[in-house]
Amino acid sequence: MKTSGARIVLECLKREGVDTIFGLPGGAVLPIYDALYDFEGLRHILVRQEAAAGHAAEGYARTTGKVGVCLVTSGPAATNLVTALQDASMDSIPIVALTGQVPTHLIGNDAFQEADNCGITRPCTKHNFLVKDGKDLGPIIREAFHIAATGRPGPVHIDLPKDILVKEAELIWPDKVQLRSYNPNYDGHPGQIKKAARLMVQAHRPVLYVGGGVISSGAHAELLELAELTQIPLTTTLMGLGAFPSEHPLSLEMLGMHGTYYANMAVHASDVLVAIGARFDDRVTGKVELFAPEAEIIHIDIDPSSISKNIQVHVPIVGDCRRVLRALIDAVREEMRDEVPSLAREARTQWLAQIAQWREKQPLRYEWDDQLIKPQYVMQEISNLTRGEAYVVTGVGQHQMWAAQYYKFKYPRRWCTSGGLGTMGYGLPTAMGVAAAHPGALVVNIDGDGSFVMNSQELATCYDYNLPVKTIIINNGGHGMVRQWQEIIYKGRFFAVDLDRSPDFVKLAEAYGCVGLRASRPSEVVPALEKAFSTPGPVVVDVVVDKWEYVFPMVPAGGANKDMILDRPNKAVKDNAAKSQTGF
Amino acid sequence: MQNGGEPRQHTIAVLVENRFGVLSRVAGLFSARGYNIESLSVGETLDPSVSRMTIVVHGDEFVIEQVMKQLHKLIDVIKVSDLTDDDHVERELMLIRVNAEPQHRAEIMRTADIFRAKIVDVTPSSFTIEATGDEGKLEALAELLRPMGIQELVRTGKVAIARGPKTRARKAAGEGARRARISDDPRVIGFAD
Ligand SMILES: Cc1cc2nc3c(=O)[nH]c(=O)nc-3n(C[C@H](O)[C@H](O)[C@H](O)COP(=O)(O)OP(=O)(O)OC[C@H]3O[C@@H](n4cnc5c(N)ncnc54)[C@H](O)[C@@H]3O)c2cc1C
Ligand SMILES: Cc1ncc(C[n+]2csc(CCOP(=O)(O)OP(=O)(O)O)c2C)c(N)n1
Repeated sequence: MKTSGARIVLECLKREGVDTIFGLPGGAVLPIYDALYDFEGLRHILVRQEAAAGHAAEGYARTTGKVGVCLVTSGPAATNLVTALQDASMDSIPIVALTGQVPTHLIGNDAFQEADNCGITRPCTKHNFLVKDGKDLGPIIREAFHIAATGRPGPVHIDLPKDILVKEAELIWPDKVQLRSYNPNYDGHPGQIKKAARLMVQAHRPVLYVGGGVISSGAHAELLELAELTQIPLTTTLMGLGAFPSEHPLSLEMLGMHGTYYANMAVHASDVLVAIGARFDDRVTGKVELFAPEAEIIHIDIDPSSISKNIQVHVPIVGDCRRVLRALIDAVREEMRDEVPSLAREARTQWLAQIAQWREKQPLRYEWDDQLIKPQYVMQEISNLTRGEAYVVTGVGQHQMWAAQYYKFKYPRRWCTSGGLGTMGYGLPTAMGVAAAHPGALVVNIDGDGSFVMNSQELATCYDYNLPVKTIIINNGGHGMVRQWQEIIYKGRFFAVDLDRSPDFVKLAEAYGCVGLRASRPSEVVPALEKAFSTPGPVVVDVVVDKWEYVFPMVPAGGANKDMILDRPNKAVKDNAAKSQTGF
Repeated sequence: MQNGGEPRQHTIAVLVENRFGVLSRVAGLFSARGYNIESLSVGETLDPSVSRMTIVVHGDEFVIEQVMKQLHKLIDVIKVSDLTDDDHVERELMLIRVNAEPQHRAEIMRTADIFRAKIVDVTPSSFTIEATGDEGKLEALAELLRPMGIQELVRTGKVAIARGPKTRARKAAGEGARRARISDDPRVIGFAD
């Protein structure tokens, strides 16, 4: 039976298991909106700006493990979406983005609201499609979901010309997707796994370096088993937070530019480093030549191009984290059956003792103040009050780093942050997508006063659909992260960094129909947070914090990880940082 | 990155789905990642749904490894092979229009002859010559014709093909040159073809 292209699209989405679409209508996609009018089984959430639809789909995807979906019109809507697509691309988040396009016979004519959508999204998606025939809709949508969700996940974009949506066509639904040109490799090479197991068992100073791939592959249980079996300490990237309980005795928490002292020292001194679903980002490695200089590196990743891209690795294992870790656990057990050299056993005891020393010497710390709210304190209280179990989303900047450092993560898929692209404005819309996916759950958006206003219009969406996001604005009256760099690396020449004329966030929240609260003194923090978490519906808490608080440890970009700045630096340290600095 | 060896020219063959946009995916990859393409040629294969690109790119081992992996990562790419160190034949076609003053005509024809090139068009004042061969040959020809005054020169870029299934003798001869490496295993290097 033939039906309109628009209905085919909706029917296919439903068959793919989609229950929620984040979107915003316009001329080219009106046929789909018309079909939605009486289509059963798909919830549409009307956002206020298209980038928000993309971020919401990201939040939905990251926290459910399913593919997130957004739908926007042609031209300016598609270009608005680009930031979210690149964000999802960098962080390997599976979403399918549908955009409208001018009718096929007008493509290339500079028609009204035309943009070369596929040309624009090509470098910021895993793959994209322009549909030129209604009968291709089914197969293309199937392929799009398959590509988005498998291998290294990522965003896929489908461009839908209006005439294709209007014309009737046959719905073709292939049983399964088979692509001769795309067959991700899931099982690791047994020989390599054996080699890795041997290295791990015999290592004297091993460290596991865990990234977002463990989250996307759902390998947290295997990871815990492996870490406990081998007693190897473990650090995660920003994207890997939640893959391993932060308070586990083997946890070194985050590594890298703003990682803990003990994580960075351990990685630097390691003799075997096992990277699991992590991509050796420059925020993690610092100066490449000085990253884990003594280590034999084992790298498990599903994407061959991640391997030996930034750092040459010794034992590459291409495969899915979960399957490889399963096999690795067996291989390690096998290796351990043979006598572990007593030398190694001895060394390992010393290693853990050394790490305990580093931890004791330089824990994460800040100075308490009775008058000024310290942002780190707010994070600690958010973590306490939610017992490390909330869904936490952030903006980009200092508050993001403090959240990463001080929130005690218990579970995977509860943390969403823009790691690769560092997209300010990511927080609220992403949190909204999370709230839409998990009715009744506590969703906390930890935001900055700079980041928040980049998408604060989405308070309207939260109010409209009663998406009860609790936004905690860490209000330091400016672009704090920029202030920190300008002081430490640019000699305190502050410029274009203060936001002392921000709107009154309490009134802003109220104007959108949300509840607004404020905390200006340390004693007000807990009551405000408690009130926010127990008030139904969307809430904004404006927390006025000490603007001169900086994020430490800090590795100046391009520096070596072991040369962390640990305290507010003196002039000599700053001069040095300015010299080693190679880029923001 | 360290120890990538000396940069040199590689000839890479890429089989791609013959689809809308595939050329810009490949070209876009090179510009986005800052790799230098020296030449690229595309054409259909025996199977009209598959095109074949021959890409000549300059880089050290690490760059080339990344180029291969990144190409392979494109969804429309079916197979990537680096022909550089394998037994293969490569050719390029050049058309060259050169001044043909009466006193030079004989010499041009003789030169073309020596290079097994053909004169494919003649006007009172010019010859157009078609030549095929490897890069060295084409450059030598162009060099010899330069004094006569080259009006215009076009080249197709290189195409390359692996030599047929190895005979026993050739296999033995080639053995030393290229031993199987663990990275030939798709599960190590990740090309699951
Ligand atoms: C202001 C700011 C500061 C930052 N500071 C830090 C910092 O101090 N420390 C830090 O760590 N980061 C920091 N980041 C984040 C950083 O930029 C990177 O985003 C992050 O380090 C990348 O994390 P990852 O290596 O886990 O990779 P991801 O981007 O999560 O990539 C996942 C990797 O796993 C692979 N993979 C995916 N699925 C699978 C699977 N199923 N099986 C196997 N492999 C899989 C992918 O191919 C990829 O290589 C900062 C970001 C910002 C904005
Ligand atoms: C869209 C975008 N523009 C600019 C930047 C550069 N940038 C990184 S952090 C930062 C300041 C963020 O300020 P705020 O959100 O208030 O967070 P804070 O650092 O104060 O916690 C800026 C401008 C960015 N990451 N993203």
